[in-house]
Amino acid sequence: MISVPHAVSVWRRNATMYRRTWMWNILPNFFEPVLYLASIGIGVGAYVANMGGMPYVEFLAPGLLCVAAMNGASFEVTYNMYVRLNFEKAYDVMLTTPVDAGDILVGEMMWAMTRACIYGGCFYIVLAIFGLAPLPASLLALPIIPLAGLLFAAIGTSVSLRIPTIDMFSFYFTLFITPLFLFSDVFFPLRERLSGNWLWVAEALPLLHPVRLARYAFRSEWSPLLLWDVAYTLGLSALLLAWTSRGIRRRLTS
Amino acid sequence: MAVDGLDLDVVAGCCFGLLGPNGAGKTTTLRMLYGVTRPTSGTIRVFGLDVAHEARAVRARLGVTLQQNVFIEPLSPVENLRVFGRYHLLHGAELESRIEQLIDFLELRSHADVPVRFLSGGFQRRLAIAQSLMNRPDLLVLDEPTTGLDPAVRLALWSRVRALRAAGTTVLLTTHYMDEAQRLCDRVAIMCNGRIIREGAPEELIRSQLASEAVELDCEPAEESRLLEGIRVVHRLRSGTRLMLYVDDGAHLAERFRNRGDRRAVVVRPTNLEDVFLALTGTSLEGEAEPRPSTTGDGETVKDEVAFGADDAEADVAGGEERGRL
Repeated sequence: MISVPHAVSVWRRNATMYRRTWMWNILPNFFEPVLYLASIGIGVGAYVANMGGMPYVEFLAPGLLCVAAMNGASFEVTYNMYVRLNFEKAYDVMLTTPVDAGDILVGEMMWAMTRACIYGGCFYIVLAIFGLAPLPASLLALPIIPLAGLLFAAIGTSVSLRIPTIDMFSFYFTLFITPLFLFSDVFFPLRERLSGNWLWVAEALPLLHPVRLARYAFRSEWSPLLLWDVAYTLGLSALLLAWTSRGIRRRLTS
Repeated sequence: MAVDGLDLDVVAGCCFGLLGPNGAGKTTTLRMLYGVTRPTSGTIRVFGLDVAHEARAVRARLGVTLQQNVFIEPLSPVENLRVFGRYHLLHGAELESRIEQLIDFLELRSHADVPVRFLSGGFQRRLAIAQSLMNRPDLLVLDEPTTGLDPAVRLALWSRVRALRAAGTTVLLTTHYMDEAQRLCDRVAIMCNGRIIREGAPEELIRSQLASEAVELDCEPAEESRLLEGIRVVHRLRSGTRLMLYVDDGAHLAERFRNRGDRRAVVVRPTNLEDVFLALTGTSLEGEAEPRPSTTGDGETVKDEVAFGADDAEADVAGGEERGRL
């Protein structure tokens, strides 16, 4: 059984530590979108007049918002979680208290989602300042940030619990996160470049679904396909968390 | 297998020591107590509760100081205690007043607001113990509390443990320092290769296993029989060229050596738990744990060790009535 108050105490541990350095942690979150938007807006956008039926920078905005959420959650559950698990022994000390392995997992998921919200939230503010977040339509995209955070927290955690050395995260980022970033509808519409069975294969990409949800929200459009996107995101998260809750118990207890 | 056939009873309100060399199974035994390692068979009851089914309830009344200090290094002792207190769902004024009490009790005041990474080993160890006292535990588990600390810090920590025990907290500690066990513990169990080979009060173990005094001297194995000709000792042990003889009257034996014109340096000292451990396992504490029948002695010889219990673990820790505590 999960105890929510104990999970919250795990969340607060990370929040306490983060608060200590929040200034330095939050500033880069603003620089990143500004640099992206500047590069695309001033540079690439000048050559690409139209992407998926809109100015390139507008096409890009909702996708990059989801990428920010993905990155926020991913860094937290990879390097940071690995250090807590293997070097700092933070979980070992929690298990001497009434906090249980399941509470630790839930607390960490909540914290990774929080980080996703901080990243994504900063990104959204910058988009709004540049006039790239249509109001009120884009507000509907905000719940997608924690949703994407949860998905990538679950994926990253299942990797972190199993890899033998911290160095292997470079594979995770180079061969998984980066390709997702490049091929998940963020930079170009997959529908226009892929055909036939490849489109079905692309549906397996986790980042594709939050990106599609966010883009539809930004354009205040609706499609039944979005139900599949929500189902995929929640379903895969639930599946991985069920698997991970066994994994974390196995890692921490014997 | 780290622990094999363990049968252990710890009475509420006492200080119990689990002794043994590295790898004897002490830490595994402790992990079983708070439900993080499960025995393949057998039951473990703490406060009368079955740990396998009620780990959360047991851990709510338990304080554990792990072998390794676990802190959030950039945060101060006060902030670390606050984070830790929340694991026990303490909050608000109750949490803050408990932190204040522990800062005083473990004398952390001077560095209460300094990031932990700047604190000395002794300070960090005291903070680790403060952490495990956050929930006013009925049972305090200390895994090698003083390993690697200087003598002054060890003395200070021992006084804190005594104060806790006096206030009614049951203390279970592991150590491979026999002097620590002898000074702190009401009862000790000596572990080797995952088994408890002897259990009892320190003085009682010394009396029953050896004799009250030890006479130590350098003596080549070849000259041993000549040296001991006509002399009765309760037990004798050899480590390299060092020979230890256990007798009831050490001064008398030393005098006999002198009267025979033997000029070598002789040390007469009270027998301690370290000697008992050596006699029981035939190994030094820092060495590898490979038990063999002890050397022959004129008194009792220690041969095969009895494993208590069968292939399972049986432990009952701090059962019995509630007690007042710090």
